[in-house]
Amino acid sequence: MDDDGIKSQAGALRSLRLERELRIMEVCGTHTTEFFRTGVRGLFPEKLSLIDGPGCPVCVTPNDYLDRAIEISHVHGVIVATFGDMVKVPSSYSSLGRERAGGLSLEVVYSPLDALELAAARPENQVVFLSVGFETTAPTEAATVLAAAERGIKNFSILCGNKLTPPAVKALLDSGETAIDGFILPGHVSAITGLDPWRFAAEDYGKPCVVAGFEAGDLILGVVTLLRMIDEGRNAVKNAYRRAVRDDGNVRAREIMYRVFEACEANWRGLGIIPGSGLALREEYFEFDAEKRFPVTPPPAREHAGCRCGELLRGLIAPTDCGLFGKACTPENAVGPCMVSSEGPCSAYYLYGGL
Amino acid sequence: MCLAVPMTIKRVEGNRALAEAYGVERFVNIVMMPEVSVGDRVIIHAGFVIERLDPESAREMEAAWDEYHRALGDDGTTGRPDGE
Amino acid sequence: MEGRILAGHGSGGKLMNELIAGHIRRVLGPESVQLDDSAILAIGLERIAFTTDTFTITPLEFPGGTIGSLAVNGTVNDLAVMGARPLYLSCALLLEEGLEIAVLERILSSMREAADRAGVAIVTGDTKVVERGKADKIFINTAGIGILERGAERRELEPGDAVIINGFIGDHGMSIMALRNDLSFSRGLVSDCAPMNRLIARVTAAFPGSVKFMRDPTRGGVASVLNEIVKGAPFGIGLYESELPIRDEVRGVSEMLGIDPLYAANEGKVLMIARGGDAEAIVESMRSLPEGSSAAVIGRVTEAHPGRAYLETRIGGRRILPVLLEEQLPRIC
Repeated sequence: MDDDGIKSQAGALRSLRLERELRIMEVCGTHTTEFFRTGVRGLFPEKLSLIDGPGCPVCVTPNDYLDRAIEISHVHGVIVATFGDMVKVPSSYSSLGRERAGGLSLEVVYSPLDALELAAARPENQVVFLSVGFETTAPTEAATVLAAAERGIKNFSILCGNKLTPPAVKALLDSGETAIDGFILPGHVSAITGLDPWRFAAEDYGKPCVVAGFEAGDLILGVVTLLRMIDEGRNAVKNAYRRAVRDDGNVRAREIMYRVFEACEANWRGLGIIPGSGLALREEYFEFDAEKRFPVTPPPAREHAGCRCGELLRGLIAPTDCGLFGKACTPENAVGPCMVSSEGPCSAYYLYGGL
Repeated sequence: MCLAVPMTIKRVEGNRALAEAYGVERFVNIVMMPEVSVGDRVIIHAGFVIERLDPESAREMEAAWDEYHRALGDDGTTGRPDGE
Repeated sequence: MEGRILAGHGSGGKLMNELIAGHIRRVLGPESVQLDDSAILAIGLERIAFTTDTFTITPLEFPGGTIGSLAVNGTVNDLAVMGARPLYLSCALLLEEGLEIAVLERILSSMREAADRAGVAIVTGDTKVVERGKADKIFINTAGIGILERGAERRELEPGDAVIINGFIGDHGMSIMALRNDLSFSRGLVSDCAPMNRLIARVTAAFPGSVKFMRDPTRGGVASVLNEIVKGAPFGIGLYESELPIRDEVRGVSEMLGIDPLYAANEGKVLMIARGGDAEAIVESMRSLPEGSSAAVIGRVTEAHPGRAYLETRIGGRRILPVLLEEQLPRIC
């Protein structure tokens, strides 16, 4: 859509009049950032609040995961390969970036396959890939494990930290802590999962849901569609990103994902342990499990005093409600992961919320 | 964690394909979408094709907005806020 | 002192400023570090600009240049943006044991070509070799001296002044990022590595007193330069997203790797802030030279949002261009 078209849709959003306070939640960190970056957030009508959900995999990764990664990195010959997103995230006592200054071998990769190639090229080293991400990313990591098995690359392993999003949304609704009128669902997660895993939110909990894309026009369309569904009391899951999301998702991607992984309980920052919300390697692929290959004992995990990332990820507070926000906790010296991740809500508020 | 970009398939070689966007090319893995063929628009995440973009739905935004305005009782031809 | 040097300390962002203010300036004294690109010194009756810069880059050779041409152009441009005519350069080479002589030859040739193009002479130098593993193939330091020209003195900025750039944004940084991440280009994207002294001399001679500020937006990019300018200032600077000259290829790399071109390094660009009334004429003048053929007015100094650099987005929203915190890494979220 051209700029003029989007400006006209922006006008439509801005001119909406709401009869009551409405709270909608996005469950995707990329949405958090894009709502700010495109300027769409500034177009919201009065009485509309956007709550940031637990949609940033970096933010919901608990400290003990990074503590373990750092401990494994101390094993002789280990190279840690990771998406750039994880480099600055604080662990209990440090971060990968800080550890690199102390000698940790760190490679930032764009694709998990790049980490596998690194292992193939460096047979004298052990490459440990930090496997994080939601349903969008997990199949790429599963496919990489399959490739490693097929090519017989023995010096490659992954540290599983993957999470599944619908169980987290369910846990959030079950907690009953936050009043939410509807959900903007993650576009690229849904491209893999399809719409079915989200129907519980509409059907069992009475929350209208819209799958949205990421361009300014997509965001506006998603919000306007959701507001209309709320207004009409239409408790359904609507797909407003049909060019990329099929109703049944990507069946083959899920097949690859579940050939390698199986669902397990997982610990989410803020939400705690949620059954069936994580992914673990299946027994056939245990040899690629870094946790088994490197049986280290990380120091006891600790949370940072005063950090309210947990409450934020449950939608209970806004970033600016936290006493550390912008003071003790800034992106360059982050206390909590929501400030350091590029798609963390605190980071987005800090960088884009000041105008 | 869902930064994904639309690209166009230029060439297919086994389980990978050369994809292009804005004149930028990269080999991408197609195991999740092996039926892609030259000219397809796809979305790439972390070096993998995760989905093919549906050309039928490419104008969904326009269509959805038309529907939106119709539902609000706008005049379908002249009621667009910008007077299109 | 506690702590260690982090990669982010070298990225031209906030961490680097803390390193400079908290350690280098504190110990070596306030005169040791110039906020600008060069020191201005008086020797006899002449006023000269003096600068130094050290270069390290992977890969050493890249489309559009090498570490050698980068080292020459970087120092030439640091002098030129101070309103100086660059004259003499030094060249110090730090070589890692094992570097191929043929590679060194090519790097030196590209230094020579860059110096000829910029009209400067390399007049002194030094060579050191360190054991394998003690350096990354080759580091180059160049220092440069130039004579200050009249008509290019700094002036106070005020609302209404225009922000001008001589061409496409982010070509160097994004082409290097692409190379490191296995991205290639169907039509080619090369570093913009080039000397700016001819273009700057032409503009400052044709519009004496109009150009109030110049800077080469290298590491940290356009947004970082703007943030330095507005820090603590009674005005803001707004860029127009729709006017930014950004190549399709740069936009593509940017979307794929999640890196903002406004923070990517440029090696053949000058950001000028000039009297608003002269802006279009300055752009016209730049466009008569190949290194200014895509010049554009990209923003303005504003009364709104004092102390902030911001972007007016395509859809009519505004967002802050924050201070770059650390190096940009390819990301997937």
